[in-house]
Amino acid sequence: MGAILEVEKLEAFYGRTQALHGVNFAMEEGGITTVLGANGAGKTTMLRAISAMVKTKGAIRFGGKPIDAKATEQIVAMGIAHVPEGRGTFVDLTVEENLRIGMFARRDKRHASRDMDRVYELFPILRQRRRQHAGTLSGGEQQMLAVARALMLGPRLLLLDEPSLGLAPLVVREIFRILRAINKESGVSILLVEQNASLALDLADHVFLLETGRVVLSGTSDVLKKDDAIRRSYLGY
Amino acid sequence: MDIFVQQVMSGLATGGIYASLALALVMIYQATDVVNFAQGEMAMFATYIAWSMMHAGLPYWGAFLATLVIAFVGGVVIQRVIIRPVEDKPILTIVIVTLGLLVICNSIAGWVWTYLQKPFPSPFPREPIRVGNVVFGAHDLGEIGVTLVMLALLFAFFRFTPLGLAMRAAAQNPVSSRLAGIRVSWMLALGWGLAAVFGAVAGLMVAPILTLDPNMMGGIQIYAFAAATLGGFTSPVGAVVGGFMVGIVENLVGTYVSFIGTELKLTVALAMIIIVLLVKPSGLFGRTHTRRV
Repeated sequence: MGAILEVEKLEAFYGRTQALHGVNFAMEEGGITTVLGANGAGKTTMLRAISAMVKTKGAIRFGGKPIDAKATEQIVAMGIAHVPEGRGTFVDLTVEENLRIGMFARRDKRHASRDMDRVYELFPILRQRRRQHAGTLSGGEQQMLAVARALMLGPRLLLLDEPSLGLAPLVVREIFRILRAINKESGVSILLVEQNASLALDLADHVFLLETGRVVLSGTSDVLKKDDAIRRSYLGY
Repeated sequence: MDIFVQQVMSGLATGGIYASLALALVMIYQATDVVNFAQGEMAMFATYIAWSMMHAGLPYWGAFLATLVIAFVGGVVIQRVIIRPVEDKPILTIVIVTLGLLVICNSIAGWVWTYLQKPFPSPFPREPIRVGNVVFGAHDLGEIGVTLVMLALLFAFFRFTPLGLAMRAAAQNPVSSRLAGIRVSWMLALGWGLAAVFGAVAGLMVAPILTLDPNMMGGIQIYAFAAATLGGFTSPVGAVVGGFMVGIVENLVGTYVSFIGTELKLTVALAMIIIVLLVKPSGLFGRTHTRRV
């Protein structure tokens, strides 16, 4: 299979501050890639750059087509679903309305109701709470809702920004189990930013390490798991 | 008792006007945190357009519908051309821009149509409707009807259509909405368009009572502020309930408190704004968002 996402010499800016300094990487269609790095290394910026939420220079191609000049809304419509840091829940809307918003940009709405059923199968708790305001959900449920909302797009690529943040270990494990299932069954590619390196390395097939806006290390997770630098800094043994 | 019922009814009628304009204010405030001080003047301007069309021979309801369409387009254009360039500027900048818009609307209306008062037709029959000893103005009843129909349509739009849902989402969480592929900036423009429509309805309904002139909406705007404040400025339902309440209170106080009469009625609205802000700043239906730090 070919590359679903290719990034070349990517630079990103917040006003005058440069956050990414020429990042290069590619990810395979159907793969799971994780981005590791310390706070402020540019992981979140990386995802925001792909979704055109920050000013960028350099080339980004999605399924071979350049997307670096497109607006966020267009990129989403092409099939990139971004679950932002902090989950981006619409707290005053119901769970079901949140899911319907996820459907807004999808071009093919024929299978929408089937997909909603599918999402409810993956996250049964959301079906129970579907008339409830999303703000009343627990943190873990909101994270599930965020992933579910992204899936309603019928995406080819899922960008996930720290899905484990602030959640209990059991809940995190459950979410990661579901992510693996989604990837296996529907072939959605996943680009994951994660602080919890050991979980991320277990899930992902490819890893790259960001340091102050540059890729300093990349490879398959099997190899990098054994890398001394990664082990000491991110796995802690 | 008859006088009381009658005053409540006519309070509801003017309340419907306040409710429409208050709803317009709240719709824009919710989406953008901006209070549109020009809302009333935009409504006045729309009413003049309706007057011109009727003057040119269009039947009432034809002119009514055409005015709503023009108001909608006008609202969208104003947002795109005037508000959007200052969208991410400090709040004070936007407030000054809307104040400027107020002055511009007022002056252009005076320049085009003069400051002379113009009688404006009501689509409802002249004869009052009598129920027992109580007399209802037909225009009052019609006005309440029109307001309620508009509210029902708006509610259905927001509740049941994908576009309505997208607008609510954009107002609530713009960043997340963009990530869901919603064109937030256009949703705001649509909001301005809808708000202008509701303002225009208020103008069209009040003009037969006050007669049309460029300063017609000045007082109404203050009542609408009182209504929106009472309702909490973040709640459309609150704006509507607030509008009807302000209308009723204003009428009852004017009738039963002799020194207020008709001259000091506007003061009642201002007093209501101050009391609400002192006692319960979030209003009756407003939500205060508390955030964990």
